[in-house]
Amino acid sequence: MSAALLIEQLLNGLQLGVMLFLIAAGLTLIFGVMGLINLAHGSLYMIGAFACAAVAAATGSFWLGLAASLGAAAAAGALMEVAIIRRLYERDHLDQVLATFALILILSEGTRWLFGSFPLYLDIPPLLQGAVPLPGGGQYQLYRLAIIGVGIVVAVGLYLLISRTRLGMRIRAGESDREMIAALGVDIRTLYTVVFALGAALAGLAGALVGALQSVQVGMGEPALILAFVVIVIGGIGSIKGALVGAILVGVVDTMGRFLLPKLLALTMPASQANLVGAALASMLIYIVMALILALRPRGLFAGQA
Amino acid sequence: MTALSRETLVSALLLVLLVAIPVAATMVGEPFYVTLATRIAILALAAVGLNIALGLGGLVSFGHAAFFGLGGYVAGIFATHAFNGEPLPFGLAATTSMPVIWLSAMALCGLVALPIGAISLRTSGVYFIMITLAFAQMIYYFAVSWPSYGGEDGLSIYVRNSFPGLNTAQPLPYFLLCLGVLVAGLVLFQLIKGSRFGTALEASRQNPTRLAAVGIAPFGIRLVAFAVSAMVTGLAGALFADLNRFVSPSMLSWHMSGELIVLIILGGKGRLFGPLAGAMVYVLFEYALGGITERWQFFLGLILLGVVLFARGGLLGLLAGKARHG
Amino acid sequence: MAEPVLQLSDLRKSFGALKATDGVSLDLRGGEIHALIGPNGAGKSTLIHQICGSIRPDSGTIRFLGEDMAGLDMAARVRRGLGRSFQISSLAPEFSALRNVMLAVQARQGSSFRFLRPVASDGSLTGPAMTMLERVGLEARAKVPAAELSHGERRQLEIAIALALGPKAFLFDEPMAGLGPEGSKRLTGFLDGLRHEAPILLVEHDMDAVFALADRISVLVYGRIIATGTVAEIRSDPEVRRAYLGDAA
Repeated sequence: MSAALLIEQLLNGLQLGVMLFLIAAGLTLIFGVMGLINLAHGSLYMIGAFACAAVAAATGSFWLGLAASLGAAAAAGALMEVAIIRRLYERDHLDQVLATFALILILSEGTRWLFGSFPLYLDIPPLLQGAVPLPGGGQYQLYRLAIIGVGIVVAVGLYLLISRTRLGMRIRAGESDREMIAALGVDIRTLYTVVFALGAALAGLAGALVGALQSVQVGMGEPALILAFVVIVIGGIGSIKGALVGAILVGVVDTMGRFLLPKLLALTMPASQANLVGAALASMLIYIVMALILALRPRGLFAGQA
Repeated sequence: MTALSRETLVSALLLVLLVAIPVAATMVGEPFYVTLATRIAILALAAVGLNIALGLGGLVSFGHAAFFGLGGYVAGIFATHAFNGEPLPFGLAATTSMPVIWLSAMALCGLVALPIGAISLRTSGVYFIMITLAFAQMIYYFAVSWPSYGGEDGLSIYVRNSFPGLNTAQPLPYFLLCLGVLVAGLVLFQLIKGSRFGTALEASRQNPTRLAAVGIAPFGIRLVAFAVSAMVTGLAGALFADLNRFVSPSMLSWHMSGELIVLIILGGKGRLFGPLAGAMVYVLFEYALGGITERWQFFLGLILLGVVLFARGGLLGLLAGKARHG
Repeated sequence: MAEPVLQLSDLRKSFGALKATDGVSLDLRGGEIHALIGPNGAGKSTLIHQICGSIRPDSGTIRFLGEDMAGLDMAARVRRGLGRSFQISSLAPEFSALRNVMLAVQARQGSSFRFLRPVASDGSLTGPAMTMLERVGLEARAKVPAAELSHGERRQLEIAIALALGPKAFLFDEPMAGLGPEGSKRLTGFLDGLRHEAPILLVEHDMDAVFALADRISVLVYGRIIATGTVAEIRSDPEVRRAYLGDAA
């Protein structure tokens, strides 16, 4: 095993982690501010991917598609919040789970209605095609590096937004004391819609970025959603920092597990069997990590006070 | 008429319908409806199991498909080994006898539920929902990536497993068998609900601090409820695999977990006959809508959304009024 | 002298810079009512949480019937004989008054893992539970869900549940709260007789009740016990008058 291969896999893990962070950040923000568990967050990710693929196909420009994915996901999120989600804030988690489960059915089937059952494909924009050399002799896809870069920019942007701006101040206040900010005259309904749309836009962005790496299809949102759940459970629900750490952890552990476990097991058993057991174990690895973390810290690594 | 007796009446009517339709269908030679009714009975049983944890204990498990699927795989693996004449792992003899398979499925689900519950129950609320979901995904991905029993493609049961004194290959006897198990499950649910354990379990949902303040630790009560709940759902899984003569990872999928919750909420949470009412409506909608449009899930979503937003208390709540507690 | 039933030794608990419990030592002896009083924010709630096991002290020990309570959760402490009531009624709201008490009876019998026999027809549960409701004067409301009881009735039900546990010591957290003068008077008479069943640690704001009932009073201010003594001693203690009673005057 060469160092270049190891670095490549590490970068792949990082890239997966960044994608998960984009999804998990919105999920955890929405839970932290509104106390809502939103299963349909994965559908917003899917909407972003479809919007990007459709607009890119029509205009020939990936960048227009990317802008469309942000707009479409944010608009879909805002619409969802105003029409349905805001009726659920006062309900228990069970009702929230059910209503957003119903939304998944509607959005998945609705998308299939609009775009058909065949997957769409999205090309990597010319600007980001090609590879960069890695130390140790390998090469790495420029596009994946760019995704990592986007993730870093979003993480820093979110940090600045929440710690430095008036909107961020209201979000923090909303997390600690809802009645208080209502009493201070902040329009809480608008704040909730904005937060929801922001989370949706981040998920949509993730969908568009991933769309160029894999096919764009109905049902792509659910595996991503469940991984994002694992991320925020590990990180502590409501914590953006936790989402970042959890996402990187899950991304790297998952990728490295799939890469290394069969090789490690091959030291103790025949290669074919090692591949088999290694693959099965690797597919369970992040859940085992989650269970271990929860056994030690039931509220995650960066649990809030609430 | 009081709400209680009205609920009893509606429940009795549901049970009569469930029996009458397949019997009539058999007489006029329409075995498809027998299969439909069997599907209703089995899904209802799975939801009765979940209702122990969710309805009585307030434990919103979003991972009960794990137990449904495990039960299914037990039936599939027993059948495959018996078909090929190979012994099972750990030196167990393979058999096609359903009572043995059921007990094995329940034992396995109980054993798996204990560690999953022990970790998940250290948390509550949204954490519990997400963690049970994650554990179910873990088992799902294991089933997908482990090729010995079909991996992603699933496992076929070439000959339906057997039950002493019944021809299970015929639709109607198999339906009656499943109906009998469902009724046993309903009786068990009602007994638990009225028992000392059920009292403690319901108290743990209403007010865990109160339960602790009389000297009963909620954790132990919830863990046992979670395991019992998993066992009943696992038994339903074994029946389901035999109905379809097929088991695949889709029985373990998170979609299945969601459906089980939907069945309970459609029917009415914590009510004895809620799962049956929910399963009837769900399967009939699936069938009726599926006949009209291939986009039936879209409309199912709309209906479900309407129930959650506007019809709290589920179908039995609409038909029989508010639930009463003793 | 016999060992006290409940003994707190040098208990300390801080939240950040706030010393909520600052070296509290306190004991409860057989047959007595020991009242714990103090102005709002004195740290009474934090102290009760530590005695019941829902907050872990930073240091110090709690001994109950000679046993160190460290590491035992609330349920375990209750099983050892600590019967408590809550400042704000804490009941199973969907259960009837009777079933709330039956839960305590079954807990005392140590038999919650029975799955099949119906409790409704189980005389070993309903009998004792009804007796407890009668003792607090709530028998006519036995079938009413706890959520539909009046505030005063819920306070009575709390006491009935604590009685049903047959505890070795009672810990009552402001049992008079929200009761009218008539209700307070009745409950005072009831508690007066109850001390012979088990000693009572009584946290209470109602000074008439405290002075009528207490064998001893401890005064908690800013997390410290500033005085412990008989009613007469506390009434005349200059520090108490300054720190606490003075506030009210």
